[in-house]
Amino acid sequence: MAGAVKRYSGLMDWLTTVDHKKIGILYLISAGIFFLFGGVEALLIRLQLFFPEQNLFGENTAEIFNQLITMHGTTMIFFAAMPLIFALMNAIVPLQIGARDVAFPYVNALSFWLFLFGGVLLNTSYLLGGAPDAGWTAYAALSTKAYSGSGVDFYVLGLQIAGLGTLIGGINFLVTIINMRAPGMTFMRMPLFTWASFVTSALVLFAFPAITVALVLLMFDRLFNAQFFEVAGGGNVVLWEHIFWIFGHPEVYILILPAFGIISEVLSTFSHKRLFGYGTMVFATALIGFLGFMVWVHHMFTVGLGPIANAIFAIATMLIAVPTGIKIFNWLLTMWGGHIRFTAASLYAIGFIPTFVIGGMTGIMLTLPPADFQFQDSYFVVAHFHYTIVGGLIFGMFSGMYYWWPKMFGRMLNETMGKISFWFFFVGFHMTFFIQHWLGLDGMPRRVYTYLAGQGFEKGNFISTIGAMLMGVSIIVMMINIIVTQMKKADAPADPWDGRTLEWAISSPAPEYNFAQLPRVRGLDALWIEKMAGNKGMIPAEPLAEIHMPSPSIMPFVKALGLFIAGYGFMFNGNTKATSLPVVGFVFEHYILAAAGVAVFLFGMFLRSVYDDQGFHIPIEEIHVDQEENA
Amino acid sequence: MFKKWRSRWRLGALLPLMIWLMTGCSQENLSTLIPAGPVAREQLWLMKFSLGVMLIVFVVVIAVFFYVLVKYRKRKGQTGIPEQVEGNHTLEIIWTVIPFIMLFVLAIPTIMYTFKFEKVYSASEAIQVKVTGHQFWWEFEYPQYGFTTGQDLYIPKGKQIQFELTSKDVIHSFWVPAIGGKRDNNPGLINKMTLLAEKEGVFKGKCAELCGPSHALMDFKVIVLDENDFNTWSQKMRAKPEPMDLSPLAAKGKELFTKNSCISCHAVGGNGGVLGPNLTNFADREMVASIRKNTTENVKAWIKDPNSIKPGNTMFKGYSPYPNFSDDDLDALAAYLESLHVYKK
Repeated sequence: MAGAVKRYSGLMDWLTTVDHKKIGILYLISAGIFFLFGGVEALLIRLQLFFPEQNLFGENTAEIFNQLITMHGTTMIFFAAMPLIFALMNAIVPLQIGARDVAFPYVNALSFWLFLFGGVLLNTSYLLGGAPDAGWTAYAALSTKAYSGSGVDFYVLGLQIAGLGTLIGGINFLVTIINMRAPGMTFMRMPLFTWASFVTSALVLFAFPAITVALVLLMFDRLFNAQFFEVAGGGNVVLWEHIFWIFGHPEVYILILPAFGIISEVLSTFSHKRLFGYGTMVFATALIGFLGFMVWVHHMFTVGLGPIANAIFAIATMLIAVPTGIKIFNWLLTMWGGHIRFTAASLYAIGFIPTFVIGGMTGIMLTLPPADFQFQDSYFVVAHFHYTIVGGLIFGMFSGMYYWWPKMFGRMLNETMGKISFWFFFVGFHMTFFIQHWLGLDGMPRRVYTYLAGQGFEKGNFISTIGAMLMGVSIIVMMINIIVTQMKKADAPADPWDGRTLEWAISSPAPEYNFAQLPRVRGLDALWIEKMAGNKGMIPAEPLAEIHMPSPSIMPFVKALGLFIAGYGFMFNGNTKATSLPVVGFVFEHYILAAAGVAVFLFGMFLRSVYDDQGFHIPIEEIHVDQEENA
Repeated sequence: MFKKWRSRWRLGALLPLMIWLMTGCSQENLSTLIPAGPVAREQLWLMKFSLGVMLIVFVVVIAVFFYVLVKYRKRKGQTGIPEQVEGNHTLEIIWTVIPFIMLFVLAIPTIMYTFKFEKVYSASEAIQVKVTGHQFWWEFEYPQYGFTTGQDLYIPKGKQIQFELTSKDVIHSFWVPAIGGKRDNNPGLINKMTLLAEKEGVFKGKCAELCGPSHALMDFKVIVLDENDFNTWSQKMRAKPEPMDLSPLAAKGKELFTKNSCISCHAVGGNGGVLGPNLTNFADREMVASIRKNTTENVKAWIKDPNSIKPGNTMFKGYSPYPNFSDDDLDALAAYLESLHVYKK
């Protein structure tokens, strides 16, 4: 049986892989690249606001600035934060639950390629007539064809394609966590990161269909002259805001919950203590996820929905503070009485706590509708959500990155550089965003490309931009760290941090099949239990046998490419007068390109349905070789 | 170890520095922190109240946080395994119940004010103003008085003003930070909001919702007069005045204004279109295009190339091809516009 399936190497290996660990790395690399794009956009935004009344980008500064803020927001949320989360979920969740892969490895690869092609499509807008310029929230009227450039088409189709990938990724992880747990790994023994991934996946499942619908409506308005948001045709602009935030608020928790999970793991490991109040933490995670669907109107207090709607959603939002507060105190008590080690990973987790508490405090302040009438759409909001998303999510993700880097790559990141990078990031972050609270209170609206001198905004913006530069320095140090580390030999030990969970029971990086024999889990912190019992590793739950593996396939890549091409077909239909080649014009004009792209995708689905792929088996001898190498 | 302490000290020293940096920025007539009316004042009170409640949580968290970091950091040569505590139900109940109580305390004034600020006044109780957002200027219609202004909103001190907010194109948001919090101007829909100004003066207003390239420049002024002055102003406006005895230059400007169809969008007095800002009291304005000082030079620069001053504005976009005025024409147009006085204090 073995060898019946071709196992690729080199570039083809990466294009065809269905291995969750490699897909995790692919997610991480792409997220990293998009993060740099988003970061450069952020720096350009801050430079333009460094001094009042600047025109850094020439006479089109206003338009370019709106493109930058839109792309910064969209890229950071959908193409940096989301894939960072999926990177760590892919790399770690199957290991933490003692599984050999996710439930649907082929679909997992499809998720990644759809996300990547969606992101690439969005970013090509810079070269093809300008990036989207209606803000990452793309509020209608402004995002309709009459008031914005062709960039919004890229926003609509790029997000649609990437969103498809995210949605099926979410389903994949739900099924994986429900079905693929090792013997003994009950739900209430799952590590908190896995729990957070589980709840996040459920949120993805329910939230992403909303944005799909919103994007379809906007796509019909823009490409096929529908009138969902056209006031003159009976459309309603507030409709977009509702659908967008019905997705958008759960999205916030989709982003933050995995970070909560990572913080829980890292603080527990580096305090050398069991997580305080595990059951409550699980309950709080689920509760936050649940409540996350009932609060979207707090983004819309000024829309004019009336006092009853505003009051109800205000109270619902306040409730979220309770489980979040529980988490903060449980983390503090996890550290209480421990032996806290300060590493790059734990510094990010520790720095997370005060930062996120500030973000939570301003969150509560924002949830009071009368006060929100002043905060809404001012720099106060900008400060708040950067405290939660950067101070929360990114701190969490960076912590997880330093923590799991050896498990993903078999190498330890340099600790000194990691700590230098942390301090630059921490100080730079607070410098950039703390002062923005005051800018907002003093009357500076958000999303302004410039501000007139003499309004009291100069000092705050100046400081903020300096802070952003410090964050830039931090990222440069981090990149150097990564490059230097990756050039070294892969010699990380299996368990460098004295870990507690299953992923530390296997070699770094994990072998293709993860566990030669599936482990028997005897409680929470499965590896820790065995360590305390004096065992060298996990007790196997099965005899050593041939391991059944899924075959690699190029089809996920091809299918995503199909939708990518179809995206251009739809966007440029009826919009190609610029081209001088009649053939090209013909192909674009008659939906031929769009149809061809969709056909590639459908054909891929057809092939997948009729071709019975049995996978392949890894023989016992190969497993023995691996084990000797690692011994 | 000592080094770590020092770095923490340095961090502590940053705090007063930051406080120093943040003071002295708030501008009267613009900042929400210096309220000039009951709405802004009550909103500020709620902001402070919620901040106070939140600070209790913050102080507790930070105290425990630093205590834990100092006391329980791993020391050199420390071995052994700390006690593996599962949790503590009493503690967990405490930090579930106390936040509930705090939120309850916070919820009471919140709900109260949420309903209070939505009170709508009838025509006899308040001055009605219809505010329409346009890319990128503001239109203020006074239905009880029967006239319309652009860019400058005149209101009397101490009177309830009942606003009706809408938009002609995209979503805008009407915000006068010092007088009271904002509400959105949604195209096709009408929002209501009430404000009251207690101080005379000129207050800055902003568009708070991204509305296109010149969103940042969509400022307006709220001019609060005492009641007598307001009545004088409104009587003059109601007369729909057009300037008499124009200088020859201004008369030429008026001719150009008509000939080039400026008047088909911009009304002066009783005549003219409604697509652009009403210019009846143009010379009273402190600003031209809401962002430049109202000087002859700036008026000329604005008419010559409006797009370089306010990118994406509809005067430039809607008037195609945009006329190429000679310097003489510009002088004349500016002279005419600068003669459009209604009210001088």
